[in-house]
Amino acid sequence: MNSSFSYEVLVIGAGLAGMRAALAAHNQGASVAIMTKVHPVRSHSNAAQGGINAALTDRGDHWEDHAFETVKGSDYLGDQDAVEILAQEAGQDIIALEHMGVIFNRSEEGHLGTRRFGGQKRARTFFVSDFTGQALLHVLYEQTLQAKIPVYEEWFATSLVKDDQGRCAGVVAFEIRTGTFALFRAKAVIMATGGLGRVYEPSTNALICTGDGMAVAYRAGAPLMDMEMVQYHPTTLKGKGLLITEAARGEGAYLLNSKGERFMERYAPNMLELASRDVVSRAEQIEINEGRGVKGCVLLDCRHLGRTFLQDRLGQIYAEAKTFANVDLAEEPLPIRPGMHYQMGGIKTDTEGRCWDVQGQWAGVPGLFAAGETACLSLHGGNRLGANSLLDTVVFGRRAGTCAAEYANTISSPTVPDSVIDADNNLVAGIVGRKGPGERAAALRLEMGITMNKHVSVFRDEEGMEAALRHITNLKTRWSDLTIQDKGQVFNTGLIAALELGFMLDCAEAIIVGALTRQESRGAHFRTDFLDRDDEHWLKHVLLYHKPDGPPHVDYLPVRITQWQPQIRVY
Amino acid sequence: MHTTLRIRRFNPEHDHPSSYYQEYDLEIDPSDSVLDGLIKIRETIDDSLTLRCSCRGAICGSCGMRINGHATLACKTKMISVASEGGTIQVEPMNNMPVIKDLVTDMAPFWSKIRQIQPWLQPEGRPPTAEYTASPESMSHLSGVMSCIMCGVCVSDCTVLDVDKTFVGPAALAKAYRFVADPRDSATSQRLNFLNQPNGMWDCTRCMECIQVCPKGVGPMDRIMALRAKGLAEKVPATCGSRHAEVFSDIIKHKGILDEPMLAIRTFGLKNIGRLLGMIPMVVQSVLKGKVPLSGPLHRPIPGIHHIQQLFKQVRIKR
Repeated sequence: MNSSFSYEVLVIGAGLAGMRAALAAHNQGASVAIMTKVHPVRSHSNAAQGGINAALTDRGDHWEDHAFETVKGSDYLGDQDAVEILAQEAGQDIIALEHMGVIFNRSEEGHLGTRRFGGQKRARTFFVSDFTGQALLHVLYEQTLQAKIPVYEEWFATSLVKDDQGRCAGVVAFEIRTGTFALFRAKAVIMATGGLGRVYEPSTNALICTGDGMAVAYRAGAPLMDMEMVQYHPTTLKGKGLLITEAARGEGAYLLNSKGERFMERYAPNMLELASRDVVSRAEQIEINEGRGVKGCVLLDCRHLGRTFLQDRLGQIYAEAKTFANVDLAEEPLPIRPGMHYQMGGIKTDTEGRCWDVQGQWAGVPGLFAAGETACLSLHGGNRLGANSLLDTVVFGRRAGTCAAEYANTISSPTVPDSVIDADNNLVAGIVGRKGPGERAAALRLEMGITMNKHVSVFRDEEGMEAALRHITNLKTRWSDLTIQDKGQVFNTGLIAALELGFMLDCAEAIIVGALTRQESRGAHFRTDFLDRDDEHWLKHVLLYHKPDGPPHVDYLPVRITQWQPQIRVY
Repeated sequence: MHTTLRIRRFNPEHDHPSSYYQEYDLEIDPSDSVLDGLIKIRETIDDSLTLRCSCRGAICGSCGMRINGHATLACKTKMISVASEGGTIQVEPMNNMPVIKDLVTDMAPFWSKIRQIQPWLQPEGRPPTAEYTASPESMSHLSGVMSCIMCGVCVSDCTVLDVDKTFVGPAALAKAYRFVADPRDSATSQRLNFLNQPNGMWDCTRCMECIQVCPKGVGPMDRIMALRAKGLAEKVPATCGSRHAEVFSDIIKHKGILDEPMLAIRTFGLKNIGRLLGMIPMVVQSVLKGKVPLSGPLHRPIPGIHHIQQLFKQVRIKR
C-alpha cells in the first residue's frame, strides 16, 4: 500500500537554492531527487525582483568591498569567513548562470550591466528587468529538465527520519494529490524550503512560505540560529503587503513624508534612500509614528524617472502599482510602508551547508544540509543587503549540493524501517478525522500573524514580546483541537494549512525566544528597552534547540571575525 | 460590495464523481481580487474548496482558472472588473487539461509539451571564460517571452487544443521562440525543423485567444508567427502549413480575394488526392448553404487589385 523511495541526496524545496543544490549534487555523480510542495516554477524565488550582487574583478570591482558592505549591513553579526566565500565566489556563479541562459541586462557593448542597490556604494547588482528571481528560477528549472533530475512535485514532507546512530536517513512525506504517505530514504537531505513569511500578517512572502523545513529540521534536533533577525522591507504595499523592489530606489526613486521632505537626509545623510534596509524601515516607521506619514504610509516617488524608463527597467512594479494600488508611477507617488520580508535566521549550517559541526562545537544532525533562506550560516547577520539573497541561494546551494554528494559517497546507506511513517500517518488521520466545530487553521494563523506584526516587528520591547509569547503558547494548545471540514484524501488543502500552521507556530516561538534573549539593538532587531548595540555582551549568535515539552534550550556561538572589527555603523 | 461566486466543483472521492456548481455569497471590497474572494470562502466558509494559489501578485502562475468563461489569474482579476454590485461571478477550472479537484487541474500534459521543445539553452562548444556577449536589444527582446510564468492560461483557452490534444500549444511554442531568438543558442535549425512537423508551429489557427488571455503580455501567437517567419527564412522543408501560408499570400497578391478551392488544391498538391477527397463533405455542405466559390480562371481579380499589389511591394521593401 505505502511505497518507499531511495536516493543518495534528497533536496526538499525547488526554489533557487534547492535546484542549484540538486544540480551540483547531480554533477558530482550522486543519485539525486527533488521534493517540493508546489511545482518548481511556483517557488517563491520568483518574487525576487531587483537583482543579484557580485563584485566582478574584470570590471574594476573588488570582492573585499562587497564583503565589507555585507558585514557592515549585517551589523557585524555575519560570520566573516562565510561572507568572504560569498563575495569571492559570486562572480563565477553569475557567469555560470549567464552560460545556462539567464538573459541578464547588457551594456551597449554587450557585456553584463549593473544597477545600484542599498547599503553598497558601487553598482554591482546584475539584473533582468525587475523579475530577476523569476528569470533565474525558470533557467535553473530548464537545467534540471536537461539533467533529468526526478522531481516529486506536490509532495509535502512532514518529518525528518534518523537512523539509530542519529544520522539523517531521509524524510517522511505524503503526495498531496493522493494523500498517500511514503518513506524517502536518503544518505543526505538538503533543506531548501525558503522562508517563513506567513508567520507574520501582512508579509511580502507568498502563501507557501511557512517555514516547513526550519520546523522539520528543528524538531529533529538541528539548532535554529539568530531567529530574532526578521527583516522588514522598506517598500511594501498597504493591505496584503506586496513587495515593491529596492531597485526603484536603486534607480533613483525618492522617499517622501507627508510634508514632501526627503526624510532620509536626517537618518542617513550619505546613503539616503539606499541605506541598509533596517535603517530605512526604522526611519519610515518613525516618520509614520510621529505623524508625518500618509494614512500609515510614506511615499515612494518615481515620477522623475519617466514613463519609458519605468516600463523598461521596472516594468513589473509599474504594472503592480497599477493593478494592486491603482497608482500610475509616472504620475503620482506610491504609498508604501515597512513590511515583513525575510528571515536572516534559520537552520544553523557551516560554509558547506552542513547542519552539524564536524568539530563538535555545536550539536546538530549529521547528514542534514540546508541552503537559502531556510539556512543561517550566518551570512546576513542582523540585516541582509538587497540582492544578496539570490546570491546566497546560488553560491551556498551549489556548495551544499557538492558537499552532500561527497558526504553521501563516504557513508553506507542508513537503515530505517518502513514503519517510521506510521506516526505522521496517524497524526494526519487524527487531524482529518477530528469531529466537531473546532477552530479553523486560518483563524489561528491570522491571530499569530497579527500578534507577531504588532509585537515582534520594527520596534520591540520585553513587555510586548512576552505578551506575544503567551499568545503563541496559547495558539499551540488550540492547534491540537483545530478541525477541518474536508475529510478527503485528494488535494486536501485544509490539511496542508493545518500542518503548515503547526510548523509556523514553532518558528514564531523561536523568533520570540531569540528576540527576548538578545538584550541589545542590532540590525533588524531593535529594542526600545535596549537601544544600543552591545558588542561586549552580544557579538554572538543565539542558538535554539527544540524541546518537545516547553521552551527551547538557548545556547550561543561566537561571531567569526576575519578582517573587519566592529565599528560604529553610519550610512 | 455584495457578490455571488458561482464555482464549478468536482470531488473525485464522491461515490459517483461529477462536477456541479456551488454558489457562495460574499461581502467584499470591490478592489479585492477574485482570489481574495476564493480565499475568504476557503478560510471562513468552506475549507474543502480546493485551488492552487501562492504569490497573490501575478508572479508564480498558480491560480490560473476561468472567470466568466475566460482563463486568467484569479489574483490579477479584480472583483469590480468582472461583476457589478449584487452580480454573479462564474469560476471554473482551466480547460484543455484534466480536473483533479474543484479548481485544481492536472498540469502534467502542459509540462510534457514544454519538455518536447527541449527547453534549455544549447550553445555551441564550450562557453567563454566570461559571459557571452549579446546586444542589449536581443536580451531585452527576450525578456518579453521570459516574463511567461507558465500559468497555463493560454493553453486553457487555445481553440486548437480544444479539438486536437496533440497540438504542442501556445506556451510551448512561445518557450521555443525564446531559444530560437536567443543569439547564444546554436540549435535554431533543429528547433525549427522540429516545430515544422505536424502538431507544431503551423497548427495554430491564429484565433488570437492566447494573446487576449495571457496575463503577462507574452503574446504567444505573435511568437508563433515569428517562428513561422524564421522557419521560412531558414528554408525548412515545405509542409501543408508553410504552403498554406505562401499560397494564401500568393492568391491575395494576384486576385485580391481568396480562392478557396485553389488554396486547398495548391496547399495539399494534386498528388495528395486523399486529403482533397476528404474535403468533399465540406464542399457539399458549403454548396448546400449556398456558398459556391468561383475558382481558377472564373475567380477574377477584384477591382483596384493594383492597390493590394502596391501594399505587397511596400511590405517587402520595409523588410
